[in-house]
Amino acid sequence: MSNLAALPIILPLLAGIVVAFIHKKTKIVRILSQVISVVNLIAVAWVFLQVQQNGSIILETGGWAAPYGIILVGDLLSMTLVLTTNIIAVACVFFAPQSLSKHQEEYYFYSFFFLLVAGVSGAFLTGDLFNLFVFFEVLLMASYGLIVLGNGKVQLRESIKYVLINLFSSMLFVTTIAFLYSVVGTVNMAQIAVRVQEVEQQGILTTIGILFFFVFATKAAVFPLYYWLPRPYISPNPVVSALFGALLTKVGIYSILRTFTLMFNQDVQLTHTLFIYLAALTMLFGVIGALSTHNVKLIIAYNIIPAVGFMLMGIGIFSEVSISGTIYYLVHDMIIKGALFLLVGALVYVAGTSDLRKMGGLIHHHPVLGWMFFMASLVLAGIPPFSGFIGKLLLLRGGLAQDELMIVIVALISSLLILFSMIRIFIRGFWGEKTENPYPERKRKAAKMAWPVAILLSFSVLLGVGAEWFYPTIQSIAEYLMDPQIYIDSVLKE
Amino acid sequence: MTRTNDIILRTTTTLIAFILLGFSIYLFFAGHNKPGGGFIGGLMTSAAFVLMYMAYGFRSLQKILPINFRFVIPVGLIIAVATGIGSFIFGEPFLSQTFAYFQLPVLGKTELATALLFDLGVYLTVIGVTMTIILTIANDRGEER
Amino acid sequence: MEFIMAILAGILFTTGIYNLLQKQLLRIIIGTGLISHGAHLFILTMGELKTGKPPILTEGVENYTDPLPQALILTSIVISFGVTSLLLVLAYRASQVNGTDNMEQLRGNDYE
Repeated sequence: MSNLAALPIILPLLAGIVVAFIHKKTKIVRILSQVISVVNLIAVAWVFLQVQQNGSIILETGGWAAPYGIILVGDLLSMTLVLTTNIIAVACVFFAPQSLSKHQEEYYFYSFFFLLVAGVSGAFLTGDLFNLFVFFEVLLMASYGLIVLGNGKVQLRESIKYVLINLFSSMLFVTTIAFLYSVVGTVNMAQIAVRVQEVEQQGILTTIGILFFFVFATKAAVFPLYYWLPRPYISPNPVVSALFGALLTKVGIYSILRTFTLMFNQDVQLTHTLFIYLAALTMLFGVIGALSTHNVKLIIAYNIIPAVGFMLMGIGIFSEVSISGTIYYLVHDMIIKGALFLLVGALVYVAGTSDLRKMGGLIHHHPVLGWMFFMASLVLAGIPPFSGFIGKLLLLRGGLAQDELMIVIVALISSLLILFSMIRIFIRGFWGEKTENPYPERKRKAAKMAWPVAILLSFSVLLGVGAEWFYPTIQSIAEYLMDPQIYIDSVLKE
Repeated sequence: MTRTNDIILRTTTTLIAFILLGFSIYLFFAGHNKPGGGFIGGLMTSAAFVLMYMAYGFRSLQKILPINFRFVIPVGLIIAVATGIGSFIFGEPFLSQTFAYFQLPVLGKTELATALLFDLGVYLTVIGVTMTIILTIANDRGEER
Repeated sequence: MEFIMAILAGILFTTGIYNLLQKQLLRIIIGTGLISHGAHLFILTMGELKTGKPPILTEGVENYTDPLPQALILTSIVISFGVTSLLLVLAYRASQVNGTDNMEQLRGNDYE
């Protein structure tokens, strides 16, 4: 037992509560939140190093032994994702004062923000299926608070749809847990993994597995269930959009990755083949959506969807190389989506509009912003030597090794189209004739907005250039995931 | 604002509110090993408050209970989280709990558990959330018309 | 008994989904409430229905009630209470700001 595993959940939770007490004193809250986020990042990085050296940290809350009590499992995969989450949180908390209005900051933005970070970290760390549902609800509750921040007309309209779809999928999640409980009689992930192998009728497990997939796919925005995503994601403030785009769908993907490597791996032929087809459709439809609009925010929001397709593709191919590709892509995508949403927030701020047809020539007034956006586009599309390239390379290698030619071709085409959709923003928005600066007074604030994004982008570049250095960790995670017995042994300790 | 003739509601409220409050406190204390607990106790307490609000109006409620319910939520949360973290000091896992028997003057032998402190946090949070939500909607309408 | 409970949960689900597909916001919220009740009953049923047995798991005790579904339901009830109350406030605000509670009219492409 080690309380370290609870640290990434408790620290932000406490911070959120403390901040709620003094929510009217904006300046203090701002500085306090920034300090706490940085401290939290350092603490999480330290725990990550501990896990990397000494193996998984397992916390049995309340002292109840593993299959009976609720456990938190800080293994390498969880800690990697928690670390990434906190990097994004730090960038967002430094970006927030520039883009939020005073009213929004006062109205518990920082409390909800910390609650969201705690919920996401909890969802990554938990080793209990029902507890995963609870942490889902914690992070969704925080996201409901964030999405209505500001009370705009369109915002309220879109957030109702967002809340409803999430509420419905949560209820399905509970029902599915009930199904699984009646078959295996436990909600502890490790024990489920043991018991599913003993169940005689494997058919029912496959059905339950698909039901779980349906639930997580709704959260992650996989092909037939992505329709709800783009519009609610663009209606709130850019910081909130960045948090949503970077974290929320990724929690869904993480859940699919965890459940389908650990528990539902009996009928790979059926389930994982289904994933490959859905991944292909997700990529295509997502990128078509991104090409169909002139709203810059909407283009970025639609670009979340093909990324989900890429990650799902790795899970579908289900080999060590492809799983490591998925993990690499997951980390890369969290960082770059955070950066892109923040960048587009800054772009809309300096241009005064989100319509691509009404802007142009901004690079003459905001060169830093422009070139950062160009770089982010290259990272997203997967141009070497940036991080997107490594992730895609691993995924494609995994696909070719398993003779999944169809998905490889689709992935390549959609990468190209992603690049096209991003460069379109660059050319129409930043490039072009020098025009009069629409808002010269916004230049200083835009410069302040730029540097949190620069942090994220440098992480992204580091992830690509230093792939040699990161790859062994990612590979060991993939090995670990492909052999569920390691997880089971570390939790149940026979 | 027009006042309706709600003498029956007002008379019964004086009685029922106290029964509700008393029962909610019983439920709260019974919580850690019998049916009851912070959640249901908190809901019942806020039911009593809402009843008082409906019978006597917002002004009177504020006079009796000069509390900002929005402030109660973080207070409750911090109590709940603090009891969880408290186990760190004793080197126990997160959220560990303990109990002991004490000889109290009036009550005699009484069981006191740390789970009760956690329940107190839940109790306050539930009151805070429920009252905030109900009063937000109720007062909003008052302003509009 | 399990059979009846399963049918009851099914009825709750169907009525819930029927209400979810209505246009009026309030009906939709009632629908979500019904679905969550159905889900809770369903968990209870899935943990086997027994009465009068203690929730103890030690050596020598053969017949016991499973306490886990009850713990799960309690958690789930608290969560659905929170979400439903939040949804009510949200729906109230949205219908006031947008001037309608009809989902048909809450559509549009005029996002900023």
